[in-house]
Amino acid sequence: MNGVATTGMASGGSWLSRKGNLQALGVFLFVVAGSLWALAQDSRFVYMLVYVWFGLAYGMLLQYGRFCMASAVRDLFAVKVPRMAVGMMIAVALYAVVAAIVTLSGFSTFHPNALGWHIVVGAAIFGFGIVFTGGCASGSLYKAVEGNMNSMLVVLAISFSQAIVVSASGWWDALVPQSWVDAAAAQDMPAELSVTKGWFDIFTAGYIWGLKGTTTAEIFGMAESAAGIVWLNTFLTAILPVAVILVALYAFYYRKAYLRRSGKVAPTLRDEFAGIWAMCTASKNTALAGIGLGILAGLHMYVTGALREHYGIFNFGELLVAMGYTNGLSIQDTVFDPGYWYITTQEAQWGGWIMQKLGIDSMDSIFFGLDNGLPNPLLNAPGFMSIGIILGASVMALSRREFKWKAPTWETAFFAIVGGTLMGIGARLAMGCNIGAFFATVTNGDPSGWIFLFGMTLGAFVGVKVFTWWMDWSAARKGGECDL
Amino acid sequence: MAMTFNKTAEHEWELNVCGYTCPHPQMYTKKALQKIGSGDMLTLIFDNPSSGESIQAMCEAEGSDLVDRQEGSGSFVWKIRKA
Repeated sequence: MNGVATTGMASGGSWLSRKGNLQALGVFLFVVAGSLWALAQDSRFVYMLVYVWFGLAYGMLLQYGRFCMASAVRDLFAVKVPRMAVGMMIAVALYAVVAAIVTLSGFSTFHPNALGWHIVVGAAIFGFGIVFTGGCASGSLYKAVEGNMNSMLVVLAISFSQAIVVSASGWWDALVPQSWVDAAAAQDMPAELSVTKGWFDIFTAGYIWGLKGTTTAEIFGMAESAAGIVWLNTFLTAILPVAVILVALYAFYYRKAYLRRSGKVAPTLRDEFAGIWAMCTASKNTALAGIGLGILAGLHMYVTGALREHYGIFNFGELLVAMGYTNGLSIQDTVFDPGYWYITTQEAQWGGWIMQKLGIDSMDSIFFGLDNGLPNPLLNAPGFMSIGIILGASVMALSRREFKWKAPTWETAFFAIVGGTLMGIGARLAMGCNIGAFFATVTNGDPSGWIFLFGMTLGAFVGVKVFTWWMDWSAARKGGECDL
Repeated sequence: MAMTFNKTAEHEWELNVCGYTCPHPQMYTKKALQKIGSGDMLTLIFDNPSSGESIQAMCEAEGSDLVDRQEGSGSFVWKIRKA
């Protein structure tokens, strides 16, 4: 590709003379003022502010790097572009290295996911959905503040579909086998949770609780040793698969065009390495965002772990009780508090909380009633991370003059709602999305994340086929000389 | 707003995908580039920032030249000469 002439449509002037920059500064100062106000109420809100500020940084980097994990699998099949898959692998490698340091320092907050078929099934549904929504759960958040109303619909669909899925009963209960009902009944659970009613409760108590989540180091009995953490969790579970995937991406999606462009007819091994490097740095924004997100995601875990140590708690719910906030806690006095980057569960809580305010109570479910609670969104720590992502992305979008209201059409609104609903269902079945069930797992030595990525890739592959068929069908229907 | 794809002059085309989010813009661009002839110019108008990165990478892989790009107020106007 030759040199590109790039022209800004707006006039020059000092940084602050631009309206977008002023608005971005306003958003940033709003976060600063809000943080100071919260600390003035109670200094222990610093625990929640850690989520806010890491969210802010995630949002800025996501928007800066056009970083969306949906694109990582979708664009490979749709337009044969490995850009985002490469960015995702860079982030995984960096997160894994920082996570190893955090684990060795004793501040890791990570818990492995239960390993089972539900991951493949849920991830495939999730992967199918993301093709139609135009973004993953985090991607939809940052695209929403670029003014994209489709992405706002996606966030709503993800939130409410999850809240409905985890609390629905009646005919839904026919979806699960009797053996799970029996297994759930055998659990010694409080009657108020009614674990044999509600298909997701039965799925959780009758199936998920029978599974084991583990790390590679734990499998080999080396979970407590530095060698196990570094070599088995970090190198074998994260770095080696990342290297293999990068080589595969290069071989299948980049090598041919790279060698043509660089005029190499008989490439040496050195040329091939130069090609892999060129692929990794082809989109500097994405690569830099990958590096930043990887490092920050690990640091986030460290800071939360250190704060838990400082306050002598295992869960933010304990701090809320100590501060006098007891509404919306689970029966164990806990709330959702992963201690690291997570997206879908807090969105489920938003949906569940609104439904509760509308008179649909779901606190008798395991998901809300036993584990995550339904706190007021103003006291939802991971929820504030999502709000931080929104604010961070808006800072970046405004300063780059990329905000523009984009109204949905009937077609895109339908895709957003159906795709978002599938993402919500898939995320709950797989016990997380591409962040919680993939990004946070493989980087902490839990191999279940690679199963999630496999399922998500499979779903995206089918999704792209269906999406392409839809585009061809609608173009043929419209007809005309300039149809596509 | 619906996608439009028009021939504006001999060997010149315009694709407008404003209002569409991923993956529409990059997939429509791919289809448009497949449809036009080698050396033809495609003016691409879009307003989904994320699609730009993928479209740029796609042009690079296929050897098409991104000869001009104007950006601002959330909209992008790119000129692509097909290889």
